Amino acid sequence: MSKEWLDRLQQWAPYAVTPLIVLAALPAMGLTAWVTLTIAGLTMGMMLFLVASGLTLIFGLMEVLNFAHAAFVTVGAFVTVSVLGPLVGWTTAPSLTLNLLALLMALLAAAAASGALGFVFERIIIRQVYGAPLHQILITIGALTVIEQLVIVIWGPDAIALPKPATLRGSVFLGSSPIETYRLVALFVGLAVAAAMQLILTRTRIGLVVRAGVEDREMVQSLGYNIRRVFVGIFIAGTALAGMGGMMWGQYQALVNYQIGDSMLILVFIILIIGGLGSVGGCFIAAILVGLTSNYAGFLAPTLALGSNILLMALVLLWRPRGLFPIGEQ
Amino acid sequence: MAGQPDKIPEQPSEQATIALAPAVSASKPHQSAKLRRASWLSWLVSDDPPGRFLLNAILLLVLAAFVFAPFLFPGTKALGVASRICIFVILVASYDLMLGYTGIVSFAHTMFFGIGAYGVAIALTQGWVGWGAVILGAAAGAGVSLVLAAAIGILSLRLRAIFFAMITLAVASFAQILAEQWRSLTGGEDGLTFSVPAILKPGFRLFADPVLGVTINGPVITYYLIFIVSLVLFLLMLRIVNSPFGRVLQAIRENEFRVEAMGYQVVAYRTMVSAVSAVMAALAGALMALLLGYNGPDATLSFSLMIDILMMVVIGGMGTIYGAVIGSILVILAEYYLRNVLGAVNGAVSETPFLSALFHPDRWLLWLGVLFVLIVTFFPQGLFGWLRQRR
Amino acid sequence: MAEADDVLLRLDDVHTDIGRYKILHGVSLTARRGRVSMLLGRNGAGKTTTLRTIMGLWKARAGQITFDGQPIGAMDTPDIAQLGIAYVPEYMGIFGKLTVRENMLLATGAQGFAKDSLDRVLAWFPALKLKWDSTAGSLSGGQKQMLAIARAIVEQRRLLLVDEPTKGLSPVVVDQLVEALLGLKNEQTTILLVEQNFRVALAIGDDVAVMDQGRIVHSGDMAALGADEELQQRLLGLSMAVDT
Repeated sequence: MSKEWLDRLQQWAPYAVTPLIVLAALPAMGLTAWVTLTIAGLTMGMMLFLVASGLTLIFGLMEVLNFAHAAFVTVGAFVTVSVLGPLVGWTTAPSLTLNLLALLMALLAAAAASGALGFVFERIIIRQVYGAPLHQILITIGALTVIEQLVIVIWGPDAIALPKPATLRGSVFLGSSPIETYRLVALFVGLAVAAAMQLILTRTRIGLVVRAGVEDREMVQSLGYNIRRVFVGIFIAGTALAGMGGMMWGQYQALVNYQIGDSMLILVFIILIIGGLGSVGGCFIAAILVGLTSNYAGFLAPTLALGSNILLMALVLLWRPRGLFPIGEQ
Repeated sequence: MAGQPDKIPEQPSEQATIALAPAVSASKPHQSAKLRRASWLSWLVSDDPPGRFLLNAILLLVLAAFVFAPFLFPGTKALGVASRICIFVILVASYDLMLGYTGIVSFAHTMFFGIGAYGVAIALTQGWVGWGAVILGAAAGAGVSLVLAAAIGILSLRLRAIFFAMITLAVASFAQILAEQWRSLTGGEDGLTFSVPAILKPGFRLFADPVLGVTINGPVITYYLIFIVSLVLFLLMLRIVNSPFGRVLQAIRENEFRVEAMGYQVVAYRTMVSAVSAVMAALAGALMALLLGYNGPDATLSFSLMIDILMMVVIGGMGTIYGAVIGSILVILAEYYLRNVLGAVNGAVSETPFLSALFHPDRWLLWLGVLFVLIVTFFPQGLFGWLRQRR
Repeated sequence: MAEADDVLLRLDDVHTDIGRYKILHGVSLTARRGRVSMLLGRNGAGKTTTLRTIMGLWKARAGQITFDGQPIGAMDTPDIAQLGIAYVPEYMGIFGKLTVRENMLLATGAQGFAKDSLDRVLAWFPALKLKWDSTAGSLSGGQKQMLAIARAIVEQRRLLLVDEPTKGLSPVVVDQLVEALLGLKNEQTTILLVEQNFRVALAIGDDVAVMDQGRIVHSGDMAALGADEELQQRLLGLSMAVDT
């Protein structure tokens, strides 16, 4: 009886980590701060999830780790700048509808641009290095450098301001806790995308093939599916998602510079490691965990804040060496 | 996993088989008869000379250039560049031990570089002075690096390559953050400035009169110190890769399953090589601190430095040790002088804004990056490896 | 000797290497239409490698593989599967995180399950019906094997490649599997079956090929081999003659 109970506990323990941390934080910081920071953490988690989800699927399916993923984030952020520039009439108007419409345009443009770049990138660079991990790491780092420098060539070396739309500045109040309005929008967008991904993965044939492919690529091919073509699609979707993440993040920071992708990259890697490579659900939970940790640590222990997620990763690895929700054999 | 037969090995893809082919083969057909006769010279380079006549000549010329550098390239700036090159040769060659010979990608190399530098910097700022402090600091840096590399290795080297790479990135980031935050020990973002031992100071004169037109002052002595230590470490690394230990490393890179099946503990070998590599990097760091009289996160711990190292090892030639020499020289000279070249091109295309931005002197990294990607794709053996295989 | 159009699958002098290791040294065998061809041999003889080569998972270095007259040696695995060849690997290849239903669904085309086909398969393996919505990872070893086979046959296939289906299973489950395979045989499905269990091989095999060290060392009639104990001993040794 107790062995079964222990097994159950083992199985459900990873799910408990996030709620436990959220609950533990409450007494440590008081209700007002807790509400603000938790929402902030969830939002940051959503934006990180957008960027990380593509990468984890790409790795889970084809075992390709694209260090240049950060470049797609950066491209998305800068495309946003170019799109919102001409739309300044919409963003400065006191109309919520126009503001949101402008953001939607930027979101779609960022996704399209990054997706298109992803298509080209897969063709020229990734195809060379399937099955060769050393090469992948080297060539994608080189590509990262080149793309970032090209971004500078096109948009200049200086950081560019990206002020939030008129109706989305400032905060709303939940009780006595201030919550930035933009954060609510980002939270909503993130959840919507996550929900859409979940639907596609669980309700469609292509989603089924992807989920099976992450577990056992060879077997899916033996069943007659051309996993290479599926992979190209996933790669483009992943880079498009990264572009969206870049757009949301850049808008959130209200400042865009050519290293915006790099700053996210290390957090994204931590999320991948904590969540388990290839697991989208794990990625979701890990992203929220990382977002919350960043915000909580930033409030409770500022000097530790930057390193808090790395410490979190180390702790998780000591407990579960393959991440919280690993897939299949790795 | 239940039902899974013992590891179905992957049928290696074409790319995986072509790439990373070592220029060092067991039979060494590139060894020239002349060199074999000069047996003490052979012993010095551990029976692993650069190549046949052309390559040997080139490397000898390079060696001569270094030996006589203060006289051939007078001036503090040029000497600084030469010193920097020597330090990077060691930094890159030690990275080649891991990447080129054993097939491990790590992003923690700059961390060990920094630890070595901080070792010396902290020793000299905490009140100790003179050579004792320098040696103590360097030894402490090397010791910490050894232990840290071994710990990371034991915990993570059994994981897959990509996992390991990501973890080293995280660890190196953490070290960078630590260095930036721990003001009392490391001086935080500003770093530590300190006094180097007397003979290395600019004002010091070894001889009252100039020798061959050059005053033998602190910087010159610093240069020779760095050069000699680097040369010794370089030859040491040649010895390591040509030893039985080195052969096992190469075998691991080729097919680790087979090596494991033959009875070798692959994880142990990998940990050992990463420990040796880390110690070398730390010593290079110690030299760097002496050169600059300063150390800070930006000087030794930055990620862009890691990218530089990757570029140097790949462009120069992985798995050759000599490649580090070619790579370091090329990339460092490029950093300094590619700007001028770009500036000239820029002048020519100044009418077209896009082209002029493309060839802007500050965009040297773009072109280096393109070169890097091209070399990884078409010349995975790098410049030196390609030259060596040509005959 | 089989007539040319009696042969559905033909391997001609196939050599396969994995990295630097040469595994198959000139394997030639045929699988006749509507028959069950057994592929026997010790561990490491190259049986799995043969199946994987046919399936395109590993590429042959030399030799010809023809399926119904069409050369398939250079084709990609998905295309080979699309020709109507199903493969059940030794490790079963079921997707543990997906449900039984989802595993089976992957084997069907865009139109989903054909009712009669699904019914007949579930009649052979009733346990799958019970576990229809459970994750495949929660199934027992025998049930997983049933799922693997069921998935391979739920749609009409022209050739079945099965690798050691009875390995590690209880006698009860083995009997169920044999029944299903005999049922398939009645439907004129061509099967190439790798087995270690000689009793099972005798029960369902028509033709037999024995491998040793990457070569075919005997081929012919299964019943004839079953009657010749001395030949059995010589080819397969004690490890094979007795059922486990």
